[in-house]
Amino acid sequence: MRAAVVVFPGSNCDHDTYYVLKDLIGIETDLLWYRETNLNRYDLIVLPGGFSYGDYLRAGAIARFAPAVQALPEYIERSRGIVLGICNGFQILTEAGLLPGALTKNISQRFICKTVKLRVENNATPLTHLFGYGEIIELPIAHGEGRYIAPPEILEKLKRNRQILLTYFGENPNGSVENIAGIMNEDGTVFGLMPHPERNSERIFGTGDGLKIFQGLVQEVLV
Amino acid sequence: MTKLELAQQHGLSPREYETICALLQREPNEVELGLFALNWSEHCSYKSSKRFLKLLPTAGKRVLQGPGENAGVVELENDWCVAFKVESHNHPSAVEPFHGAATGVGGIIRDILSMGARPIALLDCLRFGEFSDAKARNLFEGVVAGIAHYGNCVGVPTVGGDVSFDDAYADNCLVNVMCVGLLKRSQLKRAVAQGVGNKILVVGARTGRDGIHGATFASEDLVGETEAKRPNVQVGDPFTAKSLIEATLEVCQFPELIGLQDLGAGGLSTAPAEMAARGGVGIALDIEEIPLRDPTMTPYEILLSESQERMVLCVRAGSEQKFLRVYRKWGLEAAVIGEVIAERVYRIRHEGRTIAEIPISLLVGGVPDQAAPGPVPPQAARRIVQTKSGVGWREALTKLLHSPTISSKRWVYEQYDHTVQTNTVFGPGAADAAVLRVKGERFALAVTMGGNGRYCQIDPYEGGVRAVCEAVHNIVSVGAEPIGITDCLNFANPTDPEVLWSFEQVIRGMADAARAFELPFVSGNVSFYNQSETRKIYPTPIVGMVGFLKDLANRVPMGFQREGDLIYLMGKLSGKVGGSEYLKVFSPSPHSPLPSEGEGLGVRGLGELEPTDLDLERHLVRTLLAAIERRLLASAHDVSEGGLLIALAEKSFARGLGAQLELSDLSEENLFGEWPSRFVVTVSPEHEGALTELLESMGVPYQKLGVVKGDALEIGGERVSIEELRRAYETALDL
Repeated sequence: MRAAVVVFPGSNCDHDTYYVLKDLIGIETDLLWYRETNLNRYDLIVLPGGFSYGDYLRAGAIARFAPAVQALPEYIERSRGIVLGICNGFQILTEAGLLPGALTKNISQRFICKTVKLRVENNATPLTHLFGYGEIIELPIAHGEGRYIAPPEILEKLKRNRQILLTYFGENPNGSVENIAGIMNEDGTVFGLMPHPERNSERIFGTGDGLKIFQGLVQEVLV
Repeated sequence: MTKLELAQQHGLSPREYETICALLQREPNEVELGLFALNWSEHCSYKSSKRFLKLLPTAGKRVLQGPGENAGVVELENDWCVAFKVESHNHPSAVEPFHGAATGVGGIIRDILSMGARPIALLDCLRFGEFSDAKARNLFEGVVAGIAHYGNCVGVPTVGGDVSFDDAYADNCLVNVMCVGLLKRSQLKRAVAQGVGNKILVVGARTGRDGIHGATFASEDLVGETEAKRPNVQVGDPFTAKSLIEATLEVCQFPELIGLQDLGAGGLSTAPAEMAARGGVGIALDIEEIPLRDPTMTPYEILLSESQERMVLCVRAGSEQKFLRVYRKWGLEAAVIGEVIAERVYRIRHEGRTIAEIPISLLVGGVPDQAAPGPVPPQAARRIVQTKSGVGWREALTKLLHSPTISSKRWVYEQYDHTVQTNTVFGPGAADAAVLRVKGERFALAVTMGGNGRYCQIDPYEGGVRAVCEAVHNIVSVGAEPIGITDCLNFANPTDPEVLWSFEQVIRGMADAARAFELPFVSGNVSFYNQSETRKIYPTPIVGMVGFLKDLANRVPMGFQREGDLIYLMGKLSGKVGGSEYLKVFSPSPHSPLPSEGEGLGVRGLGELEPTDLDLERHLVRTLLAAIERRLLASAHDVSEGGLLIALAEKSFARGLGAQLELSDLSEENLFGEWPSRFVVTVSPEHEGALTELLESMGVPYQKLGVVKGDALEIGGERVSIEELRRAYETALDL
């Protein structure tokens, strides 16, 4: 198996995500420059966190035009592999229309960095199958634009299809509708998370829950 | 206007102008005047401070690079080194808090990058007027937002620092930022130009009109309509900065890179000259080659611009294209703008014609030393000590926890990304110092930053001693060995003899303390002129320190860990209440901290400081580290601002665990005094014997304070719940 972490100008979690995949889990991983369009070599493509293009205009609004992102629809259509967007990566995926809804400014209007509790809403997905249903896990968030919104009919569909993966538990830090912290597309091939699993993938940072997300994806791809 | 008037407008004194004319053997032209103004500004030349800075110890067995470069570098283990430095951005932040603070972050990051190091952590110390004052709150909010904006986007975690509030900073807020970088020994770079014919490159952003005269602006008092100074403040672009970091770390691998330097204060008028000075060469610059934002800029404006996100490189002739390619890949500007010449001058050419030429030795380091310190000022204010507050310990503790300076800084640090780069093992609030792991290594780094200006206003020597000791305490509390210091000295106008006297005293105190711990100062910064028409800031040394934690597994947290653990106080067991936050908060009269005319040093109502015994300090710190190495301690916390009860409350907040305390002395001195040389530690019952044995054998005084228990702090039947205390602690800064 081979994974790619896409590097945009302004990405800043690219090395962190690479470290988890390559050094902690031990799978072949490339840092892929945003101009690359040949994605078919990869079983897993991660759009990492950060501030691609400075988040100017709107988070993800410029990165969606990057060649690597432009090549994603074909990759997804062919069901070649799995796409995961973390934080800024999630923002890029919604901006590109590859995941429904939008991520807007936190209700506090401020950046928030803290560890939050999350509830696993669907554990029958490649991303969450190593958790129990309803399990409470802990992951750090770090974002200024993480408030998930979507029109009622989309929310209805997300719920009906069980596309909501994780919800904020106890406290909703950013005002997301339905406490949504992570979703997937209908086919279960494209995933978006506002929390950072790569920042809690080792016990020195807390529960280590994030590692299970990457391990889950890797196991799924290997099967 | 005469040339002399023009020189004075540039901030040069008549004496300095005369010196320039005498040494040049002619009058300088306007471009040359601009070059002198910046190179000879206090900010760039340290003309009032360098004679005192020489008093600081700088040698040490781990030191790879001491003062004089863009940052200091000390060795860790396995060829790993750490580069670090602190810098101020006080004046710009007072005028334009958001961009002033943001560009302060950018500048210090590029200093670390100039050493060939990857920036891995930021810390910042902020000082504002009283929180009750709307203007201070406004500055506070803007500065925090600016630091968040820049630091978060650039992907360097902000892991520590502090914030305090006092009237002394009402007109001049302080924004000091420290950056820490990691590098392998073989990657170390210097800011040097060498090799005749080698090329000078400018990389990063284009040069614009922003920040012209920024360094001279930082070298005068902040008076009058500060809004008029806004054009002196640069505007930062953290996205460009992030790309500049990645591109620069890429070219640092090229053997053709001779040296590099950040374009900070003074821009192109100072950086190339400094690089030439270090290399013993000259530089010729072709001004028309510099990429501009506005093609109508004059050579004078181009040289004096302080546009952000730019660096200067010296590269081997013939390798230029290789460098240009990397920067262009990252979407950045890069151009060859000059070359190294044998003649030791800084020569500015415009379309082939020389428009300015000054000997390097005259430009860099040619400025005459300034003013000597005055006599000891009167100290009447120190003798005005206030009396008892008359409230019980529970009320006093709750009120102190809610004072903005003591209170939780969660509102601040949750706006900073402190977990990016996935190295932050102890982040803000978790321990006395932040702890960063180094991927793939057993060892880790501890970093801290702080400083108390009020102590220095009362007693500058003792304040200087404490600034160093406090940082040492923070580092050893997590189990790390202190290995190097960086400092930022924030003072008022140095032409005031009283200010310069305090400056010298603070430095002497810092130097004596550093010598006691055999600690080197490896980098630093001086910020003078922090005063307005009516107010001077307290003398405020900010100390940044790095520690080496041999084994990450041995790190010690601040808070209580388990019920049943025993609480011990070790170190100096009695002292004065003078200088404390307690006295300040419970001041009966409307607070007027600044001494009146003729009262001199001191803070009205706050009395005198208990002097630090450096022998005890050294002994105490060694003992604490020994206890941690033997894995005897469950937690450790130094007793500092707010005193003993505040330290105990802070230990309770970590896990909501309370304590049953057996204190016989409930005097305000004992509960709230801020005398030095104390740690509160906890130990499990099984290790209690080993700990007391160690303390006995080392001859360190100690006292058993009680046991970790329940969900309240309890002293002699009186109790207050941790929840109630936490509410007071967490809500003080809600805006």
